[in-house]
Order: sequence, then C-alpha cells, then structure tokens
Amino acid sequence: MKHLNLKALAAAVIGAAVLGGSAQAADPLGVGFVYVGPIGDHGYTYRHDVGRVAVEKHFGDKVKVSYVENVAEGPDAERVIAQLAQAGNKIIFTTSFGFMNPTIKVAKRFPDVKFEHATGYKRADNVATYSARFYEGRYVIGAIAGKMTKSNVIGYVGAYPIPEVVRGINAYALGARSVNPDVKVKVVWVNSWYDPGKEADAAKALIDQGVDILAQHTDSPAPLQVAEQRGIYGFGQASDNYHFAPKSTLTSIIDNWDGYYIDRVQAVMDGTWKSTDVWGGLKPKMVEMAKFTNMSDDVKALAEKVEAGIISGEIHPFAGPIKDQSGALKVKEGEELDDGALLGMDWYVEGVEGKLPK
Amino acid sequence: MISGWEQLAPLILTVITASTPLLFAAAGELVTERSGVLNLGVEGLMVVGALAAFAGTHATGSAILGVMFGALAGVVLAFVFAVLTLTLLANQVATGLALTIFGLGLTALLGKGYVGVTVGNLPQLNIPGLTDLPFIGPILFGQDAMVYLSFAAVIGISWVLSRTRIGLVLRAVGASHDSAHALGYPVIRIRYLATMFGGALGGIAGSYLSLVYTPMWAENLTAGRGWIALALVVFSTWRPWRLLLGAYLFGAITVIQLHAQGLGVAVPSEFLSMTPYLATILVLVVISRDKLKIKLNAPACLGTGFRPTQ
Repeated sequence: MKHLNLKALAAAVIGAAVLGGSAQAADPLGVGFVYVGPIGDHGYTYRHDVGRVAVEKHFGDKVKVSYVENVAEGPDAERVIAQLAQAGNKIIFTTSFGFMNPTIKVAKRFPDVKFEHATGYKRADNVATYSARFYEGRYVIGAIAGKMTKSNVIGYVGAYPIPEVVRGINAYALGARSVNPDVKVKVVWVNSWYDPGKEADAAKALIDQGVDILAQHTDSPAPLQVAEQRGIYGFGQASDNYHFAPKSTLTSIIDNWDGYYIDRVQAVMDGTWKSTDVWGGLKPKMVEMAKFTNMSDDVKALAEKVEAGIISGEIHPFAGPIKDQSGALKVKEGEELDDGALLGMDWYVEGVEGKLPK
Repeated sequence: MISGWEQLAPLILTVITASTPLLFAAAGELVTERSGVLNLGVEGLMVVGALAAFAGTHATGSAILGVMFGALAGVVLAFVFAVLTLTLLANQVATGLALTIFGLGLTALLGKGYVGVTVGNLPQLNIPGLTDLPFIGPILFGQDAMVYLSFAAVIGISWVLSRTRIGLVLRAVGASHDSAHALGYPVIRIRYLATMFGGALGGIAGSYLSLVYTPMWAENLTAGRGWIALALVVFSTWRPWRLLLGAYLFGAITVIQLHAQGLGVAVPSEFLSMTPYLATILVLVVISRDKLKIKLNAPACLGTGFRPTQ
C-alpha cells in the first residue's frame, strides 16, 4: 500500500513539475511602457506607442503588454514604474528624460526586472539607456530651412533647455548655416513637452519676429498649424504631421522605435539581455525623414543628399570647425564632437540668438 | 528684420487671441459669482465646451453650430453643478473642484476618437476698406466673430447688471439672499440661471480654444486657463469693465514673455507665468484689508448656500 502510494506520489510530483515547467514556458512575458504624454499627442509619445503595437504584433501572445500614459515626471513616475514592476512585468520602457532618477530608484528595488530608459544617461546592471540621434534629422531639416528661408531668420520652439534639445537646436543651426552662412536661429522656450496652446503662442511669437521657417522640439502639431495659418513653412516633430498642415509641412522627423523594442524584448526572452547604451540615427533607421513635400526639386535634391551623406558617414553634423556664440572655436577642423560632449551639450553654436537659460 | 513698430500690430493680434477665451470664461463666472454662487469648475466647463464644439463642428461642418454645442455642453455641466450645490446643498468649493476634475477626465475619455482630426477655420470679418486700414484695420475690423462676441458679452453683462431690474435682482441675491427671499424673489431659480449662464460662456470660451486658438482636440487643451479665469474675476473685483482690462493684461503677459524670449530678453518664463496669480493675490489683500472694502467689493453671500427658512 505504502509502496504504491510512494510511486503514485512520485509520479504526481514529477507530473506536476513537468506540467508546471511547461506552464512556465507558456507564461507570456510582461512588458511595460511608461509614457510622459498622451498617445494622442501625435508626436513623441505616439511614436513610442507605435513601437509598443509593433511588439504586440510581432510576439503575439508570447507577451502581455501594458502601458500607462500621461505620467508626470517626478514622484508620480516612481510610483507608476514600481507598480508595473510589481505587477510582474519583466521589461519596462520608461520613455522620457525626466523618468531617469525614478527608473534608477525602482531598478534598485527590483533587480530581476529589466529597465530601458529613453533619452537618459544613467545606467545600472538592470537599466539600459537608448535614444535616437534626432539631431541627425535636425541637421537635414536645418539644411532645408537654410536653403528655403527668405528672411534669413528661422525659428525653433523648444521645450526644456536640456542637452538633448540644445543639441537639436545646434544641429538645426549648423545644418542651415552649412548652406546659408547668414542664417540666424531664434528660439522660444515653452517649458513643457506638450501644451498645444502655449506652443501655438510661441510659434506666433517667432513668426511675428520675422521667422519664416519653423521647427519644434515639442510634441503637439500646434506650431505646424500656426505655420499653415500664417502661410510659412514648418517641420513636423517625432511623427509625420503632414495632414495637420498639408501646405506648410516640408518634412517631419520620425522616431522609429519598433526595431529596437522588438530586439530588446527578444533579448529578455532569450536571456541575452545586457545593459547597453544604444544611440541610433538615420543609418539604423531609428530616425527617419518623412516624405519631402512643398519644396522645389533642387531643395529636395539637397535634402536627399544631406540625408544620404549622414547615413554613409560622409557628413557628421557636429564636425568641425564649430564656433560657439561668443566666437570661440569649440571644435577644430577635421575633428568631430564625441558622444560624451554631445550628451552634455549646454552651449549654443554661432548663429543661434538669445541666451541659453540655465 | 522686422522693426519694433511693425511687430506691434501682430503682437496685439496675438494678445487678443490669447485673451478672448479668458474673457468669455471670466465673464460667465462673474455673473455666476455676482449671484452668490462660487463655481470653481470653470476649467471643467471650458474643456467640455472645447470637446463638444470640436465634435460638433466636425460632425456638422459648421463652426457656428459647433460653438452652440460648446455652449450647450457648458450649460449641461453647470446644471449638474447647480443641482448639487443649490438643491442638494453640497459644499460649493468641493463640488466646483470635483467638476473640474470630472470635466477633464470625461473629455479625455470621450475625446479619444477626435485626436488627430482637423476642422476648418472660423470665418473672419472682412470689411473691404476698413479692414485694410494700416495698423488699426486688422486689429479693429479683422477679427473673427468670437472676439466681437466677447466684447458684446462684456458690454451686455455690464449693462444688464447695472441698468436693468434683472441685474439689480441678481446682485441683490448675491449680496443678501435672505433679504431677497424676504422680498419674494426666487433666489434658487435665479442662481440656477446665473450658473447656467456662466456655464454657457465657459463652454463658448472652450470652443474658442478648440476651434480658433489651436484648431485641434487634445487632452487637457485648456491647460489651466480656467484657473486664470477664476483669478481674473477676483482681480476685477467683480466689475465687468475691469474684467476686460484684466483679461487683456493676463493674455498680454503670457504672450509678451514668449516674445521677450524671441528678442533675447532673459526673464525666466516661470516668473512671468506666476504674474497673473501674484496680481490676483495682491488685489485680494488690498480689498480684504478692512470690512468696508470687502462689503463694497465682493458679493457678500458668495459661496454660502441658501436655506430658505420660510
């Protein structure tokens, strides 16, 4: 009797282990996304969400994806990230610069969850960073603006004066001055990533001061709409905003996170995930240019040439000689700014007007 | 480069656009508060108006109908507030705050389908000859219909409040509801109507935002303008003409700080964003300094519920 029971017990235990094991393998991987703005911003957050959808499509029911939008940068962010980690997600993407410190803090509490922080610079064993070289796209649109401007004043609606935004402004200025050395860049700061009303006001302020080509580093299509209303040209940000301003849009810089997200989720599944710092631009297609519209053929040819030049490595947006606003030579001829200098950029290049707020 | 003088006309135009929604919302709230009801839900009224107007314009193709939808949405939400605070006698401050949060959340939910959608522009006034006058032409004669409506609203409210019987009764209800009740006036009904009127103007303010200012729908399109409108009512010490002045002042501050940046002036933008509220606090301090000043300025029964004793 006992003998039989022991065998039955053993069989049951082994059976349970096998079943349990296979159930483990079929458990979908929890993937979490934290967004700073609404998916409906039709800009930055929207493109991250497109990446999320790509992950869901690619992996089907091998993943279980959740996302939280409109998470303010600050203490709330820490709570949301921790909640996602507690809910069983194994890889969490925090998609805004301001989530940097909350991500690091939460990562310490959950060492076996992987965190991916976008546009930041702090890493840990379980925290990787990633970003896209948007500035490459900005150099291209700068070149377009430099060629097309008639007033020689081009504008930029900025969000916060952090290195990433400053980098974009500088690349825009450098691109413009590479084809038109007399161009000046005016910048207005909105102090928000997303506030359509204020962005529209900023755009109007710039246009009222003589700007005839407008670029932005804020997340709503409002500045582009103002550009269309006022009859000037503009560039879309983070996603193709052509349908908001079909007469004004020259092109848009499109963030393309799909490939990166799929790769990273796959790495977690394969167990090969490591903390890395990926910074891809036009070449790996993490940054793409939308169709060139509303421009003459020779401008289009220039734009395509600059884009191809960056992809092939022939053109580096931050190759010397580069002078700063005071005229001092910051990058010598033949040299390029390295990633470290780019990441900490806190100065304007020559041609940008106004003082950089600290 | 554009000269300073040439910059002034477009600047004034931008200021007018920025100030109009504030003026509408504050004018409506002024009427509501003069009747003794403190409706802190202006932000909620504006945002439901914005969504309703946008959805209405998108569905019907007519901006005018859209604005009417916006006003209607404001009236409905204000009616809810009125029921809660005037009939059920809930605390007005808490209910008003709840209204704002509710409005923001509800519109975020209902508006999801409208993100990324575009609508056409509101018609602009164009009197050949007058509109083409240099400088003053576009400013005085080239605005869109809503700007003229906002002026008409302020003039109308000022006239009704100070020169008509209805206005007198409304002010009486706000100054002393017990006396008004003793005289036989329907206090609760008047307050209902005043609140709903405030809702209508709040809704129109929101519709201006989503149809003219930035012709799009996005969550939280109002971005705190309702709070500025509330501050504006206090800043104006509940007088319509001061409201006009205040609205343009507050609108100008917002716009000028952006222009200043473009010109290279280094005033921190956060400081300028604070200014409307600092100005309001200053006014509150001045008018609260002694009991007489308070009596002369604020509607004495503001925010207190009315319980008819007989």
